[in-house]
Amino acid sequence: MTTEREINPRIRIATTSLAGCFGCHMSFLDMDERLAGLLEQVEFNRSPFTDIKHCGPCHIGLIEGGVCNAENVQVLREFRANCAILIAVGACAINGNVPALRNYFDLQDCLQEVYLTGIGVTNPQIPNDSELPLLLDKVYPVSEVVHIDYFLPGCPPSADEFLQILEPLLAGQKPVLSQSRLHYD
Amino acid sequence: MQASQNTITIDGREIPFTAGQTIMDAALAAEVYIPHLCHYPGLPPSGNCRLCVVEIGNRSAAACITQAAAGQEIRNNTSELNAARKALTQMLFVEGNHICPSCEKTGNCKLQAMGYYLGMLEDHFPYFYQRRETDASHPDILLDRSRCILCDLCVRASREVDGKNVFAIAGRGTEAHLIVNSPTGKLADSTMETTDLAATICPVGAILIKEQGYRVPIGQRIYDQHTIRDIGLQEHATKKQEEK
Amino acid sequence: MANPYPHKYPDSRSGHLLHRLYALQEQFLHISPESVQQVAAEFNVPVSQVASVVEFYSFFYTQPRGRFHILFSNCTSCGYLLQEQNLMLMLCQQLQVTLGKTRQDGLISIDETSCIGMCDHGASLLVNGVPITGLNPDRIAQIARRIATETPVADWPTEWFAVHDTVHQRNLLLAEQFVSGSALQRAFDQGAESTLTAILQSGLRGRGGAGFDTGKKWQFCREAPGETRYVVCNADEGEPGTFKDRLLLHDHADALFEGMAVCAFIIGAEKGFVYLRGEYRYLLPHLHAALKGRRKQGLLEQHILGHAHFHFDIEIVVGAGAYICGEESALIESLEGKPGIPRIRPPFPVTHGYLNQPTVVNNVETLIAAAHITVHGSAWFKSVGTEKSSGSKILSVSGDCQLPGIYEYPFGVTIQQVLDDCGAQNARAVQIGGPAGRLIGAADFHHAISFEDVSTGGSFLVFGQQRDLLAIHCNFAHFFAHESCGFCVPCRVGTQLLKCHVDKIANGRGTAQDIAEMKQIGQLIERHSHCGLGHTAANHVLDGLQHFPQTFTANLQQHFTARFDLDQALEDARQITQRDAAAHLD
Repeated sequence: MTTEREINPRIRIATTSLAGCFGCHMSFLDMDERLAGLLEQVEFNRSPFTDIKHCGPCHIGLIEGGVCNAENVQVLREFRANCAILIAVGACAINGNVPALRNYFDLQDCLQEVYLTGIGVTNPQIPNDSELPLLLDKVYPVSEVVHIDYFLPGCPPSADEFLQILEPLLAGQKPVLSQSRLHYD
Repeated sequence: MQASQNTITIDGREIPFTAGQTIMDAALAAEVYIPHLCHYPGLPPSGNCRLCVVEIGNRSAAACITQAAAGQEIRNNTSELNAARKALTQMLFVEGNHICPSCEKTGNCKLQAMGYYLGMLEDHFPYFYQRRETDASHPDILLDRSRCILCDLCVRASREVDGKNVFAIAGRGTEAHLIVNSPTGKLADSTMETTDLAATICPVGAILIKEQGYRVPIGQRIYDQHTIRDIGLQEHATKKQEEK
Repeated sequence: MANPYPHKYPDSRSGHLLHRLYALQEQFLHISPESVQQVAAEFNVPVSQVASVVEFYSFFYTQPRGRFHILFSNCTSCGYLLQEQNLMLMLCQQLQVTLGKTRQDGLISIDETSCIGMCDHGASLLVNGVPITGLNPDRIAQIARRIATETPVADWPTEWFAVHDTVHQRNLLLAEQFVSGSALQRAFDQGAESTLTAILQSGLRGRGGAGFDTGKKWQFCREAPGETRYVVCNADEGEPGTFKDRLLLHDHADALFEGMAVCAFIIGAEKGFVYLRGEYRYLLPHLHAALKGRRKQGLLEQHILGHAHFHFDIEIVVGAGAYICGEESALIESLEGKPGIPRIRPPFPVTHGYLNQPTVVNNVETLIAAAHITVHGSAWFKSVGTEKSSGSKILSVSGDCQLPGIYEYPFGVTIQQVLDDCGAQNARAVQIGGPAGRLIGAADFHHAISFEDVSTGGSFLVFGQQRDLLAIHCNFAHFFAHESCGFCVPCRVGTQLLKCHVDKIANGRGTAQDIAEMKQIGQLIERHSHCGLGHTAANHVLDGLQHFPQTFTANLQQHFTARFDLDQALEDARQITQRDAAAHLD
């Protein structure tokens, strides 16, 4: 990794949103002009910011969202395999959050309510295309599927909090989120 | 020697106590914070959350149910005990449904505030995904059992202060859950009112008064601005009753 | 029979609250919301109290159970696993019933329950509360046939229900014949004070395992202020692997009742309770007959043996399936008609026990020993045992040995001696004191059974060289998760988490991380729990990690594994979409 950094000194970061709302990504962009400074130190690999489809070897991976289907599992594993440091970002990645509210119902009941019997449903049918990934029985926190190195709570974490965890990592240090910044909502 | 007749020491600080006081009573009176969730000054203690476990010599004891005794040398604010408290808080998070962004109580929730106080970044343990019944029958009060941490505060508040005995805890082990003392088991058929202490003492979002949820915006709520320590040092059941 | 304290509950005209609920369940096969309300009205207690009792005890059901209701023991010694065969599932299959669910026609329900105390009899079950021991596939088929033909249990072959108490070693208590009334007469002759002195001098300590000085307990209770006093016999022998009380209650009930009466005489009690575990309900007729016999002999009720002032009677209260009720304050809560949640201690029962009055709670064996000490004197008792553990200890030996059964030894006997006597020369480990006790390896077999070395309530489980210790840990972890009362967080949640981790390792998905977690969770449960159940619930895991680490490490994954079976988590979706082949996750 060291030799690589000598050639290309910028830290490679990949980001993705699994079962999330992209709100964490939006919050990340709230860094506004500070993004310019950040981009002098980092380059983005797979991310909604770049449209790169697969994660290559990276220093840091940021995961937004929980794990709700088979594709989420595969993406998450790809990130884990390629990112030296993997960070669970936001409430959905950490505990499933709002998508996990479906965990209190059986999958069949959920699909039935949403696509067949719910109020205002027209042309009722449960979507079933081979392109659609199979749903897991529940929405799981990412830490139940792969090893996670750091957690950044919040719904979403603020841009400041993103920087608070990224800046020490870019400097090769261990990040510590200050207690006053800690929030789960 | 005479000074130690009626004092205990917590983390090296000497604290006076009067006969019959628990370690928790004496500590709170001296503005020493011992983390707790199931204790509320003015109500009889229960000792179920175990966050207030302190070390006295080589034994562990829950401060809220252990009598202060002259000369006790107590360790409270240690990294080991706070790590255990964090683990207990995380246990409560995974046992129930504690999804803060979707809960009206966020910002005013003691479980959440305890997480903040103890530097909890994630829930650590595997989730239980328990399904527990919600009771929305009462016109003014909602009971969401999936958020209940079985702290027994509403049970005690209803019995001791409201004089109603609306709640009880039934079931064993992880099946334990809050039940309502009414013929149908529904809150609507109980004598519960919004002015009851039991309606407002819930530390989490299990008992909520309806149509109040978002009067105070997120970000301006109690634990958005104060730590649970600050609040915990001020609380008293009689004070809470007078507020209404 | 008139209740001496009619203004106090849980006695009402209908008897004890637990008994009333049992009777309603016998009638309706479950306890309905209507029954709950009815009982609340009868006993003048809140509906929520009755509801919480019904939901607390394993043997109460809110949904109708079958007319034949079968509970298989899941103990490591009398459980349903017989040489890799699952007898419970076998019966389920033969009767086409889903485990834990009553069959549609209401004929049969099958479930499992914690140890029923038949560990020296092999695989065992309770059918409508009555034990059948020595199960094998052949017997299972015969049972299935009788249920299918709806043959009443009373017409099943009587030999199926035989419980043989095999005593292999006798010492102080089991060698001695007890003469009814002899201890009471002696106590009357020498007076309460001197009788207490004899108990104190004997060094008798509680046989439940904790070992509190019995004489001191009686003295504290005698001296405690109170309107009245109670003596309670803890016959809630729930520790898996223990069955010595079964023998004592059957063959030595008279000595037990006399021990209670002597205690009552010393502390000034007029009422005693035997809290009998629900699993031993089948002993109830025998015990009632013994009580009746004593009443006839003038050894109970008013003016016992003609004494001018000593009146005492004993009531038997039957539990309903809750291991926690072996904890004395939980037992008292249960006696009071409440869920068995351990109280805040202090105050201890000796000052604030049953109905808040001074109460002595003693183990069956302790009370029998007290009766004998009263007759024979403290020197007789102290003639055997060790310095801090006088007298003898009755052990329930089971597991991988040739001669399971009851063994009474002087305290100080080595583990190796017991193993030699029971025909377990090549044992790999023993679990002493049941799942809550200690797991001991061969290197420590020279240790002695005594309060100062290895203490036990009597359970002595032998594990041979072929025994899968990981399966034992799974069994114990499930036991504690099932029996935790749920009052405090570390035990309620922690025992579930321990179960998850042990299961994960047993399923071959464990990693080093799981082991680290188990250690931390175990220590948290041990140090932070409210009562003895929690303090001991992680013993087996912590001992196992220390003495037999390879049990857990032999089959670990090298890399992180998901906490759940990913592929299984897709099963619902595969069913719904009928897209089987397409989507699997390893």
